Amino acid sequence: MSELELEAEFERKIANDQKIEPKDWMPEKYRKTHIRQISQHAHSEIVGMLPEGNWITRAPSLRRKVALLAKVQDEAGHGLYLYSACETLGISREQLYDQLHSGEAKYSSIFNYPTVTWADMGAIGWLVDGAAIINQVPLTATSYGPYARAMVRVCKEESFHQRQGFEIMMTLANGTPEQKAMAQDALNRWWWPSLMMLGPTDAESVHTEQSMKWKLKRKTNDELRQQFVDQTVPQADLIGLTIPDPDLRWNEETKRYDFGEMDWDEFWQVVKGHGPCNKVRMDARRNAWSKGEWVRDAAMAYAEKQEQLETA
Amino acid sequence: MNLVQYIYGIADNALILGQRLGELCGHGPNLEVDIAMTNIALDLLGQTRSYYQYAAQLSGGDATEDTIAFLRNEREYKSVLLVEQPNTDFAYSIGRQFLYDAFHLLLLQELQHSKDETLAAIAKKSIKEVSYHHRFSSDWVKRLGDGTEESHQRMQTAINDLWTFTDELFHQTDADKSMVSEGIGVDVTTLKAAFFSKITQILEEATLQVPDMKYFQKGGKHGIHSEHMGYLLADLQYMQRTYPDMNW
Repeated sequence: MSELELEAEFERKIANDQKIEPKDWMPEKYRKTHIRQISQHAHSEIVGMLPEGNWITRAPSLRRKVALLAKVQDEAGHGLYLYSACETLGISREQLYDQLHSGEAKYSSIFNYPTVTWADMGAIGWLVDGAAIINQVPLTATSYGPYARAMVRVCKEESFHQRQGFEIMMTLANGTPEQKAMAQDALNRWWWPSLMMLGPTDAESVHTEQSMKWKLKRKTNDELRQQFVDQTVPQADLIGLTIPDPDLRWNEETKRYDFGEMDWDEFWQVVKGHGPCNKVRMDARRNAWSKGEWVRDAAMAYAEKQEQLETA
Repeated sequence: MNLVQYIYGIADNALILGQRLGELCGHGPNLEVDIAMTNIALDLLGQTRSYYQYAAQLSGGDATEDTIAFLRNEREYKSVLLVEQPNTDFAYSIGRQFLYDAFHLLLLQELQHSKDETLAAIAKKSIKEVSYHHRFSSDWVKRLGDGTEESHQRMQTAINDLWTFTDELFHQTDADKSMVSEGIGVDVTTLKAAFFSKITQILEEATLQVPDMKYFQKGGKHGIHSEHMGYLLADLQYMQRTYPDMNW
């Protein structure tokens, strides 16, 4: 088949909601966009282990400690599926790590905020996982098969984490005045960064149009953000916490919440690497990688020796 | 009460080792190892909860798994010195795990025959998990020992440094002796030979030297810990100490 025919066949598949599989022909730009998005997603899972991992040794009860460990372990698992999905596009995990460690590849800006109290574990589950789900559920129907299948599994666990996070917040909000204040403070700090997770406004989003065409995206950033606000405000009301936005109000006409303007300067500052924890997070990942080098080398050397023994 | 003290003697090890492994989460040499170490931490903390819930029930009053974990000070913790040793490098974390897993497995194999049905049941459930831990840590001792020159050296150093804490695993406290006499507890002195023969075999497979040591450290089982323990508990207990009597 000629390039044109291949491209027509590819377009036809996308239009018919057929999945693109690793051995199928795909435009180079489709492949690259998917490597970029899937690897960013994988990196986010891995970097995302750090802010929550920060509280494992200090979790306030054994039940919470076990749940937090299990959650962080799920995230590592998500990272694994996503790296595998990405590798089907012809790039190795080592190359992907190099991109992360060199700063060439990005990860979700949310993980550049510090977890300063226990309540942040609740806020992250409730808000950050909540925003992630809104982003990710449509991806279960995306056109690239391996990514879509990974997302089915990821989304199931994410919804569980979100409920767990909300439950932490609810327990705190119903607790002592100190606990309630801790929950409110966490909501104040995580609210706007969570809204920012849904990306720049439609006018500034460079990839949206192409991504919608390939079904990597079904709704625009602003639509998803509205959906997140509409879903989350009643949950905050339910547990008696206040969303830190003086412009937030119910709009009778649209039947949706109107909300205030985000601090886009802060958004771009964090995205460009100058948020509160960008350096700390990257240093932690680079450190783990470089300090682990002798371990990985040992595993390789041992495997080679075992192989030689078997063939000898 | 001797049974409660006896349970602490087992469960505190699981908690403190789980806590140490929890520190590593997100910092492993690769993703698979990160997942495995977190998994082991989870198993150990799950076991801790079962033991502490039973101890709380036996103690009565307001005792819960959390008062036991978060409100005892370091003189009341009965864990062995081995498990509180820091994650100096990956070889130490693996060496500590390897030495403890080999002991832990032998202990549980006996404890599952305890006259105390609850302890027997917890042991039976835990054996499956600890067999996996033992396989994981033994495999890594072999990989590191028989890997590169550097990994061999590091693994040997870790084993040499941790060896001084092995003898304590086989010491008996008064609570141990009394529980052994009632057919509830395991006589750890009888596990010593099997322990050393098992780990010697794996160390040899890993091309490592079995350390030749005459003097050993002890004290953890009597609540006399290393200087590491205070910091470890400060982290572990910070929330409960700062915000007492709350639900989380």
